[in-house]
Amino acid sequence: MTATTNAPPTRKRSHGVSAAPPGKRRRLGDLKVAMIFLAPATLGFVVFYIWPTLRGAYLSFTEYSLLSAPKFNGLANYERMIQDSFFWNALGVTVEYVVINIGVQTVLAVGIAMLMYRLTKSITVRAVILAPYLVANVVVALVWYWMLDVQVGVVNTFLGWVGIDPVAFFGDSHWAIPTVAGINVWRHMGYTALLVFAGLQTIPAYVYEAAEVDGSTEWKTFWRITLPLLRPVLVMVLVVTMIGSFQIFDTVAVTTQGGPINATRVIYYYIYERAFTRFDFGYASAMALVLFAILAVVSLLQLRLLRAKESDLA
Amino acid sequence: MNLSRRTLLKTGLAALAVPAVAACNNGAAARGDGEIIYWLWDSAQLPMYTECAKVFHEQNPQYSVKIEQYGWNDYWSKLVTGFISDTAPDVFTGHSSKYPLFADKGQVLPIDDYVARDNVDLSIYQKGLADRWIGADGKRYGLPKDWDTEVYFYNSALTEAAGISPEQLNSMTWNPQDGGTFEQIVRRLTVDSKGRRGDQPGFDKNNVKVYGLGYADAGGGDGQTSWSWYAASNGWKYSEGEPWGTKFFYGDPKFTETIGWWRGLITKGYMPTYAQAKSGVDVTTSFGAGKYAITPNGSWMLGTYGTLKQVKTKLARLPIGPIGKRMSMMNGLADTIWAGTTRRDASWAWVKFLGSQTAQDIVAKAGVVFPAVAASMPAAKAAFAKSGWDVTPFLEPVEAGDVFPYPANPNAADVTAVMTPAMDAVMSFEADPASLSKANNDVNKILSANA
Repeated sequence: MTATTNAPPTRKRSHGVSAAPPGKRRRLGDLKVAMIFLAPATLGFVVFYIWPTLRGAYLSFTEYSLLSAPKFNGLANYERMIQDSFFWNALGVTVEYVVINIGVQTVLAVGIAMLMYRLTKSITVRAVILAPYLVANVVVALVWYWMLDVQVGVVNTFLGWVGIDPVAFFGDSHWAIPTVAGINVWRHMGYTALLVFAGLQTIPAYVYEAAEVDGSTEWKTFWRITLPLLRPVLVMVLVVTMIGSFQIFDTVAVTTQGGPINATRVIYYYIYERAFTRFDFGYASAMALVLFAILAVVSLLQLRLLRAKESDLA
Repeated sequence: MNLSRRTLLKTGLAALAVPAVAACNNGAAARGDGEIIYWLWDSAQLPMYTECAKVFHEQNPQYSVKIEQYGWNDYWSKLVTGFISDTAPDVFTGHSSKYPLFADKGQVLPIDDYVARDNVDLSIYQKGLADRWIGADGKRYGLPKDWDTEVYFYNSALTEAAGISPEQLNSMTWNPQDGGTFEQIVRRLTVDSKGRRGDQPGFDKNNVKVYGLGYADAGGGDGQTSWSWYAASNGWKYSEGEPWGTKFFYGDPKFTETIGWWRGLITKGYMPTYAQAKSGVDVTTSFGAGKYAITPNGSWMLGTYGTLKQVKTKLARLPIGPIGKRMSMMNGLADTIWAGTTRRDASWAWVKFLGSQTAQDIVAKAGVVFPAVAASMPAAKAAFAKSGWDVTPFLEPVEAGDVFPYPANPNAADVTAVMTPAMDAVMSFEADPASLSKANNDVNKILSANA
């Protein structure tokens, strides 16, 4: 191994040839170490992501009631899905949720980030803004469920003081999805605002100085400079939050459980119901796979349409 | 350097492996042959069953029981994953809405041979209770441990204020046309925001402060605590061949007229709208806040109502319906053995013990549920009396035999998936009661597809 380095080097060799082997060795050596460091994560990824995904894909072509072995049934689950009005309702409800949730959340997050950026960089303020995100989803949902109770909830008591009739936030089928979406906006907007805030800090100060010199108004600066330069960060935030938003489950599971009627039976909850209360794992897997495909397409479209890779700074 | 890094890695892997190996020890192999695992979901019953396990071990030193308790929702999903991964408990508490599916899939052990071998006396149980655990295939899957029926829980301060006596409350009549004296009482108990009662002039049904009748939900396919007794006392049956329904009757006029009357209480302002009822935390919380005068509920809720300190709660009989008597659903729990257990004899010994009067006396004295063994009932009655409950209204229908079973079905989850949205739609006035015949067709389609 070490023989070559111990050999008396000629000037020429030591300059040219001997430089290469240690480099090569080092690279290979790095690979070994790198593998060791990557192994735990890879193991986790393969065991908890790749394997279940592949198995889920297989199960989607079977009839599987959990307590007896899966039976291959080709595309029957997918055909069933096309006929299943609950599935289409679930997709519609989920899209309604995502539009309200992401729409409101992104606007509020950009607003909060701008306020922080222009007014304060205080760590305390940032921590406070992040606070709702630190509370567990289920706890947030339960606390809001209590506060929004139509008869004993504090929110409706307040509404009563200002002369508004009590609103059945979770019980009214028109209010249920906006309510669930609102709760998650409350929980996530601080976190999203921090991401946007980080993006704002990457915008060089000179463009703002130039804008000021040119006599641009605050409003114009925001639309012409801040938003365009923020775009790459905003796209990432949108893609990530939208994927998360499509996967809404816990808030529904602890509050409305799909009701009233089918107003909050979002796709994840429907998949869960099919799989774990009705033991229809094959069909549930097929729906999960379709959701996977939808998310992949939506994410790719967003990245492509909003030109995530390019920055207007260049 | 190299060596120490490798050692480090090995130690690390070894450290990772330890919990993995330890985790395997939860499996059957690591336990002693006489040690069985028993699951239940009700934390309120954990102390009694711990006591039972102690007595059981004293009587059978060769066996011991480890009790594990999980909340209702976790319980069933954990149980199913346990079936698949071969780690289910040897013995577990079963429910009539769940065990038919498990039996259908061969996960619950039939106990007929054991019952015959040990000459278990099935007549010690409340009438009809033991037979609930005979599955659709004619095999027996458990020994009953407790039972429940429904009554009205009422806020006695509100009934006194309305001038309604306990005698009136306990002799109510009902019919689907005008609701009988039951509806008159509910009307009187309803108070609007200006203090006018439902039967007084000027009653404003859009601004009600106290509703005469509360309800938790639309009842789905069983209506256990919402509409089951009205429908039954109107002469309606869930299905042909009860309790193993092969053809359901949700489209029957006797049922739809009952539901039509029931939701009519919402229109009249005596009952909250479906949106309001579902938007509440739960029906007992609203009752505890004095928003409802009467709420129907099951005997297992006695403990919860007992914790409502702001209201004084009393019990009243269900009303006499068009068929001339009171009817209540009677349901219950039983202990069942997992088919995959390697400790069948120990498991059976425990099930037999839990089904005996010795064990049920222990359960009865705690005053949480009604024991399945008839002779243990006086002890339970006394225990409930000590917490201030006169539980007679629960017992009467059982003694009279005017009870009907929970609609059991191996496809219960699929039936629920159809009936819950259908009933929700009717109660929120998005569909007419007549629409239930379409739901009924869907239900029967599921049953015939899986028959």
